[in-house]
Amino acid sequence: MRGTILERIGGTPLVPLRRIGEGLRAEIWAKLEQFNPAGSVKDRPALWMTVAAEEDGRLRGGKVVLDATSGNTGVALAMVGAVLGHPVELVMPDRVSLERKRMAAAFGATILLTDPLEGTDGAIREAQRLAAEHPGRYCYVDQYSNPVNPLAHEMGTGPEIWEQSGGRITHFVAGVGTSGTVVGVSAALRPKGVRIVAAQPAEPFHGIEGWKHMPTAIRPSIWDESAADVHLMIPTEPALEMTRRLAREEGIFTGPSGGAAVLAAMRIAQSEPGVVVVLIADGGERYLSTPLWE
Amino acid sequence: MKAMAITVRLPGALRDTVGGENKVTARGATLDEVFADIERRHPGFRERVVDDRGQLRTFVNVYIGDTDARSSGGLAAPVPSDAEVMVIPAMAGGRR
Repeated sequence: MRGTILERIGGTPLVPLRRIGEGLRAEIWAKLEQFNPAGSVKDRPALWMTVAAEEDGRLRGGKVVLDATSGNTGVALAMVGAVLGHPVELVMPDRVSLERKRMAAAFGATILLTDPLEGTDGAIREAQRLAAEHPGRYCYVDQYSNPVNPLAHEMGTGPEIWEQSGGRITHFVAGVGTSGTVVGVSAALRPKGVRIVAAQPAEPFHGIEGWKHMPTAIRPSIWDESAADVHLMIPTEPALEMTRRLAREEGIFTGPSGGAAVLAAMRIAQSEPGVVVVLIADGGERYLSTPLWE
Repeated sequence: MKAMAITVRLPGALRDTVGGENKVTARGATLDEVFADIERRHPGFRERVVDDRGQLRTFVNVYIGDTDARSSGGLAAPVPSDAEVMVIPAMAGGRR
């Protein structure tokens, strides 16, 4: 990886939210993961899961990297595969946004589309079927069950935030999709006394891309509720409004999950003093074709 | 002219509003009429997809055949009698 763009994964900025956080009991700082090379927090687990599969021998002999994704992990795996020389096939729900399909394809990945009405869970079932039927063809990285996913955050994201905040962080806030971020950062920072806040969509039918409504979704096997001290349920429309405010008031152009995570961070900062760090997973560019910015 | 029955396909997260079915039939010449017809039989459906201002919720995409309803009038979009309507979360599926 030396001398490649993969060296630039991680080391993302941590910036204060001065306007949105004004008047609250705690400071709010945003960890901006859109500054990763392929534009999202998923660069971290994509790199770790791919390298781990190479090292344990599951990814060799021209095997194809396979995973189910609604977008960001697919783009990240495609970028990592392009650099490390692995073909990548991604299973996504049909009508996933044009930006994500084109970005993954730009990195050379093949995209397999599933019924949009079945959402990400339908894509997971199809990836499981493909991996079971063609074990010699695919290396199924399975971000929802792969322990290396949270490990990337335990070894990378968590210590990075601790160092950037000078050890001042009191709360960490992130959304739950695969749950890798929350579970991994919890392992790194909870022993240092940091309280972990996990946010989920408030409704099963929601528009917070990348997040899962755990009571009604296929449960990722890496998810462990006890990794978080506080669980918050975030409704979609206020999250989308917060996404727009972040652009207008803080100059932070993010996607719906960024707005949702900041809304969760504000709830914490309204009630408790301290230094709240909220993880913003991606940038707003990949949602330009959705109604969010109309 | 009496409108013909239209098939409306729904994602898993909306099926609780229509008794667990993955599709329902409805009548109407516009999307608004189709949703109103579903609402009559399944109260609570409409508010999940339409906001207080009477617009499609920002995070909801509706396709009439292959056409995004937002690009053809939103709730006023005409629904041909042989069309299939599909409702999905917008952020998981932007415009093609």
